[in-house]
Amino acid sequence: MSTVEKAGAGAGTYVDQRLGSNKFLGRSLRKVFPDHWSFMLGEIALYSFIVILLTGTYLTLFYKPSMVEVIYNGSYVPLKGIHMSEAYATSLDISFDVRGGLLLRQMHHWAALIFVAAVSVHLLRIFFTGAFRKPREFNWIIGVVLLTLSLGAGFTGYSLPDDLLSGTGLQIARGIVQAIPIVGTWGAFLLFGGQFPGDDFISRIYSVHILLIPGLILALVTVHLMMVWVQKHTQFPGPGRTNNNVVGYPLMPVYMAKAGGFFFIVFGIIALLGGLVSINPIWIFGPYVPDQVSAGSQPDWYIGWLDGMLRTMPNWETAVAGITISWNVFIPAVVLPGLIFTAMALYPFLEAWVTGDKKEHHLLERPRNAPVRTAIGVMSLTFYMLLWVGGANDIIATTFDLSINSITWFLRVALFVLPPLAFVFTKRVCLGLQRKDRDKLLHGYESGRILRLPNGEFVEVHQPLGVKERAVIESRLNTDHAPLPMPAAVDASGVANKHYRVKRLQAKLSRVWYADQVPAPTLAEIEEGQHHAAHGALSEAPLHAHADALENVPFHGGVLHTPGGETTNQEQLTDRGGHL
Amino acid sequence: MTDVNTHGDSDHGAAGGRLPVADIPHKPRRTDVDPKAARRAERQVAAMFTLSALSVVLFVVAYVTISKEANVYIPVLGLVGAMNLALGVTMGAAVFLIGAGAIQWAKKLMPDVEVVQERHELQSAPEDTTAAVDQYERGKEESGFAGYKIIRRSLLGALALFPIPLVVLLRDLWIQPTDTPNPQAELETTIWRKGSRIVVDGTETPVKATDLRVGGLISAIPENLKEVQEEERTLNARGKAAILVVRMQPDEIRSQQGENWDYQGILAYSKICTHVGCPISLYEQRTHHLLCPCHQSTFDLADSGNVIFGPAARRMPQLPIGVDDEGYLVALADFAEPVGPSFWERG
Repeated sequence: MSTVEKAGAGAGTYVDQRLGSNKFLGRSLRKVFPDHWSFMLGEIALYSFIVILLTGTYLTLFYKPSMVEVIYNGSYVPLKGIHMSEAYATSLDISFDVRGGLLLRQMHHWAALIFVAAVSVHLLRIFFTGAFRKPREFNWIIGVVLLTLSLGAGFTGYSLPDDLLSGTGLQIARGIVQAIPIVGTWGAFLLFGGQFPGDDFISRIYSVHILLIPGLILALVTVHLMMVWVQKHTQFPGPGRTNNNVVGYPLMPVYMAKAGGFFFIVFGIIALLGGLVSINPIWIFGPYVPDQVSAGSQPDWYIGWLDGMLRTMPNWETAVAGITISWNVFIPAVVLPGLIFTAMALYPFLEAWVTGDKKEHHLLERPRNAPVRTAIGVMSLTFYMLLWVGGANDIIATTFDLSINSITWFLRVALFVLPPLAFVFTKRVCLGLQRKDRDKLLHGYESGRILRLPNGEFVEVHQPLGVKERAVIESRLNTDHAPLPMPAAVDASGVANKHYRVKRLQAKLSRVWYADQVPAPTLAEIEEGQHHAAHGALSEAPLHAHADALENVPFHGGVLHTPGGETTNQEQLTDRGGHL
Repeated sequence: MTDVNTHGDSDHGAAGGRLPVADIPHKPRRTDVDPKAARRAERQVAAMFTLSALSVVLFVVAYVTISKEANVYIPVLGLVGAMNLALGVTMGAAVFLIGAGAIQWAKKLMPDVEVVQERHELQSAPEDTTAAVDQYERGKEESGFAGYKIIRRSLLGALALFPIPLVVLLRDLWIQPTDTPNPQAELETTIWRKGSRIVVDGTETPVKATDLRVGGLISAIPENLKEVQEEERTLNARGKAAILVVRMQPDEIRSQQGENWDYQGILAYSKICTHVGCPISLYEQRTHHLLCPCHQSTFDLADSGNVIFGPAARRMPQLPIGVDDEGYLVALADFAEPVGPSFWERG
């Protein structure tokens, strides 16, 4: 034992005598996590959040959240002598007078963009693989709340420099609040401390941006990770992987090195971006003045879909009996986002209700094996992307020389037509893939080699599936495919079923969910099919016996193998003398 | 440390931190079978860590030596600040290389054999649930919560009301001026008055009718805006009073919001969009269309500022104008309707 380790052991004992921590360490140091590239998405979110906290704390040392008017006298010459808020002036100071300030500001902005992107894509991964199913519904809800908070964090942060672009964003936000029926006018006055822009708002969103939202995100991320720890990570199907185990690498040393190392990778890439790629050059936009705007105003990417809704909405407004209801703003900016996020949060419960599935799921489901879920996902994504197009309609119009009006009209129709088409299309693709899987199980895979039989017949050689592929495809056999039974209106003793209508709806939806599923073959059929394929492949054997066949050795991942020379882990373990 | 047994609670069913190996096909890596490759990987990892340390030194050197004003031309990036570039690249390299080294270490030299751990049922054992229920019942009984109906109800009532002060305290987020009955009163007026001179935004020069050619457009504010801004120390007045002044042939004007609110074909409209309040600046003189750059609402200034496309529901309010004794453009009154986005009480 080295001196350092001795000191460590001493410290460990000291802490253990006070907290009993060794018990936890003994259980946890070798905790197993499964491996898959898509599991890094959540990690990217976590690590970029840490970078945001670090860089953000640095920025608070120099930034002053004040709307007091000052005359700029920093080193950026084009703005010298211009009246501006102290918030904008200090943002310029960070960019031009603090050494490394611009780097940290750009890192903060890049990290924020990456954070929201990673959260979003992580959420898509969870959705499309069914990782939100029992027992992980709570974590799904926390995830949806975290996504909402990340949008809030992004928008408030975007507004702080008080440049012309961000001020325009705030003006729109004021218009949206003002459009909320009954309380909107008062709400806007309370938020802004009176009329827009007032002199309070920057300092108010500052405390929201640096304290309230990050505090909530930090607390929820902690709970999020604790739940992952307690419930253990889900895994993709594969050989040896079941619903009751975790196959992967131990925390110490592999994941400490991999996940810990990945933190530095994410941090490093953000630093490189901050140094190499300019983001949000506020000095170009100039200070905020409520009667100025630049053409082609665009929000950060994650607000684009909301802006798209606002742009696409028809101009409906009701003015009656002395009141005004601005449907044209209230619906796209408040009602629809509220409904969308609520539906997202409730999705796991809705799906479980429809499928009647009450089992625990630790093996991820392949998107093709849940065609309706996958189709709902692609449908929603289509909707989202169309809204992006809406948010960029002016850019698209000028770039491609189109009329903004026709783009808007196209979207007003497309938003209702294309998503359902995407649903149908995706479901058909999933079912096609299911059919292909069934074929592979029953007949092996197509090798692409044509063989001429002695009787002159040409056949394509089918080969049995590899262990891994077969395990992945067979994972579907363990899932249920049966819709819920239709309820009876009255039971055997003639008593009316009180919940008949609800139960009937549930059963009907359940039928839709499972409709058209391609039946999975039975294990016996698979065995026979694979055996048959193996036999068919054997008919090629004379080719292999040919003298130069051996020179054509398959090459795997840097290691040369002779055919059939793969060793199992057990064998390899024996080679290493039983030690891992 | 391999001979120290960390027993724990046998969660992994394996002593000495050893885990059962998954029985799946596995190909040994080059570093597993070739000691030379393993040594090469070792050197790679160490080299990355060393380069990281070196980058830190370069970072400090760059921080101290490079001038804040220095620019440098980099192909693709163009002319960029030398300081930001140097600090970003060295800091990025320093951090990235630690990560790359650690991952190379894990991938090449640490075991890549997958191991298995069993999951445990998440639901508590029945006896644990029974124990929890028993404890709860005992606690409930001792508190008398079920028995003392009046305590229970009064407590619920008190708990329901106690957040009210926290909400009431938010009222003064807007410190309401004594002469302002409600928000609506502030939204409905601007500082334009009869006789307010129209001055060009930026130069603050008053405008004569002859200064504006047909087809021209200026962004304008009331003459006293500067003083009001100084006094209020906010940009609020500007946010409502900003206008656009355009000139067209008098016979091109198809309609306006009041009779003779133009002056010889010169029209003044609010600059604040009635959708969500963006300032509007895109004007097409041939069609007299005004386009909002934020959400593309389009208004026709030759036709009362009515909406012809986009999400805005209200026309742009028009400011009645004329000229004073010296021939400068002035407002004849404040706007007849509130400027900017709609609100509940607008009617």
